[in-house]
Amino acid sequence: MSTSLLDVRDLAVRFRQAGRDVPAVNGVSFTAEPGRTLAIVGESGSGKTVSCRAVMGLLPPSAVVTGSARFAGTELLGLSENDLRRHRGADLAMVFQDPARSLNPTMRVGTQVSEAIRSHLPLDRSAARERAIELMAMVRIPLPRRRYADYPHQFSGGMRQRLMIAIALACHPKLLIADEATTSLDVTTQAQIMDLLLDLQAQLGMALILISHDLGLAASYTDDVIVMYAGGIVEQAATRRLFSAVRMPYTKALLDAVPRLERPPHSPLPVIGGRPPDTGALPPGCPFAPRCPSAADRCRQQAPPLLEHEPGHRWACWFPCENGDPG
Amino acid sequence: MNAGPLLEARGIVQEFVVRDYGGVKGGVVHAVSGVSFDLWPGETLGIVGETGSGKSTLARSLLQAPRPKSGSVIFQGTDLVTLRGRRLLDARRHLQMVFQDPFGSLDPTWRVVDLVEEPLIAYRIGDRPARRRRVSEVLELVGLDPAAYARRRPRELSGGQCQRVAIARAVALSPALIVCDEAVSSLDVLIQAQVLNLFEQLRGELGLSYLFIAHDLALVKQVSDRVAVMYLGKLCEVGPAESLYTDPLHPYTLALLESIPSPDPAAGRSSAHTAIHGEPPSPVHPPSGCRFRTRCPRAQERCALEEPQMRTLAEGHSVACHYPLPAGASPRPAASAAVPQRQPGA
Repeated sequence: MSTSLLDVRDLAVRFRQAGRDVPAVNGVSFTAEPGRTLAIVGESGSGKTVSCRAVMGLLPPSAVVTGSARFAGTELLGLSENDLRRHRGADLAMVFQDPARSLNPTMRVGTQVSEAIRSHLPLDRSAARERAIELMAMVRIPLPRRRYADYPHQFSGGMRQRLMIAIALACHPKLLIADEATTSLDVTTQAQIMDLLLDLQAQLGMALILISHDLGLAASYTDDVIVMYAGGIVEQAATRRLFSAVRMPYTKALLDAVPRLERPPHSPLPVIGGRPPDTGALPPGCPFAPRCPSAADRCRQQAPPLLEHEPGHRWACWFPCENGDPG
Repeated sequence: MNAGPLLEARGIVQEFVVRDYGGVKGGVVHAVSGVSFDLWPGETLGIVGETGSGKSTLARSLLQAPRPKSGSVIFQGTDLVTLRGRRLLDARRHLQMVFQDPFGSLDPTWRVVDLVEEPLIAYRIGDRPARRRRVSEVLELVGLDPAAYARRRPRELSGGQCQRVAIARAVALSPALIVCDEAVSSLDVLIQAQVLNLFEQLRGELGLSYLFIAHDLALVKQVSDRVAVMYLGKLCEVGPAESLYTDPLHPYTLALLESIPSPDPAAGRSSAHTAIHGEPPSPVHPPSGCRFRTRCPRAQERCALEEPQMRTLAEGHSVACHYPLPAGASPRPAASAAVPQRQPGA
């Protein structure tokens, strides 16, 4: 386990708000390996983005982060801003959901890419420019030399996301976190960007973490999956394993609720009622129990631990689904 | 009422002038270029297309907001394009719309009860007690308990609940047709499934028809009887939801199908590599002939010279393509017959 590129143990995040402590993430552990892609899936507010931002040190000062996040042996949590800055970009990089808002609209795109390069590498202006053009070509932006001097508004959404990837890759990070990076894009563009990310990953031997609410995306493009609910991990397995043998009723509910092409029109979608709980006022026992179709008394009293019940497959549930079980 | 279609769109054209520096006419955006379709009573017609394909502009043109440059929109026997003022408002009462952003489409300072009552006041329906009764009725219908939610403001609601309020507003006037423009796209998957089921339930209970616009083909297929595929301002294929999926005729429909990631990892991502490359051309300078030809793997010389006309190849299934795909071109044909169940075993 100590050989993992990123080893996150018992990560917990609380936000101090108006004298109140609001927990956002509770005891999350996972690892990321070079050349592998990890998906973190869950609904809005499940803690998937907060977990990754905590690792990157990108949370506001009101956040209290505990636990451990070791990157290639170095503990990231508790590092000073200066030390963190040396790792961010050079070792770990992140691509965000909204490429329009992540780019500076008044700055030429090429300058934004070379700025990222020069902040970490001792290159002069013209060398950084050449490297930026190289990167723009690598993310398959057509005519990079000509487009170097363009502004972000002259780029489409998909092209802007390619730029963001180019900036993220500027210093060959060992770990790339893509936070809903394709959510705002069209399906055809999404397929192009995902193919690009996986090709670059293979080429550069990066570890890739994909944060998404889209199970289809996780199933098609990743090696391992973590399912989060109310700030905790509820199921964790290799992607093929997870989607062929779902154990946690929450994962099953997510999977069932996705409209699929295989489903005939007008067929009612199997839904569960309710909403994700407020992580500040979690019920005792399993956080999913109030919405769970197979919840029993035990679930409401005692929280199930996340244990490796089958080789490589962890889940937190007292009454897991059987194979092919309608739930 | 009558045996004809509820809505007949004929040759709808919508164009916008873009201005260069100094207000000089810079070019014309051909947002919608001659779209025609019928929508039958009780039917749900889905419209799919990428960003910039003109699907939202088409929806707004139907509602005369703004009025299309040319074409006609015959709704319940009257052409909306010829109507003005009060008569247009009256005709539009039975044609309602639900938008994508549930927070943006509700006034944040209003209470739920006032939000839902507003359309009733606008059409001067009943007195206040009667309107309030109607508000409770429709809130009940969309699954919001009036006692708990009527006094709340949008910020005290979740995204899914806001969208239910927006649907209650649309349903309050007992419309015949609701235009849903990406109405569930911003919702989480579990909430999205709840709202999709609500749309289906209301369709049954109120005999509604929908024009359901979205970029997600799987989502559109879930609720639609027929689906129309739009690309760069034109319809390229219209057909029954099931056959559009099993036997796509237009290369663009196939590309869309191939781009959708499947929640079944066994399906792999091999198909994604064959999906189309590049980006849609600018609607200011659409390609000559077939607008998809610049990205089409099957394009020939003829596609640049001659614009393909919509023609019917199977029952109720039409395509605008010179070289349509053979039957059974779907990337996942085997799964279509199977019940949506996961395979047992690891």
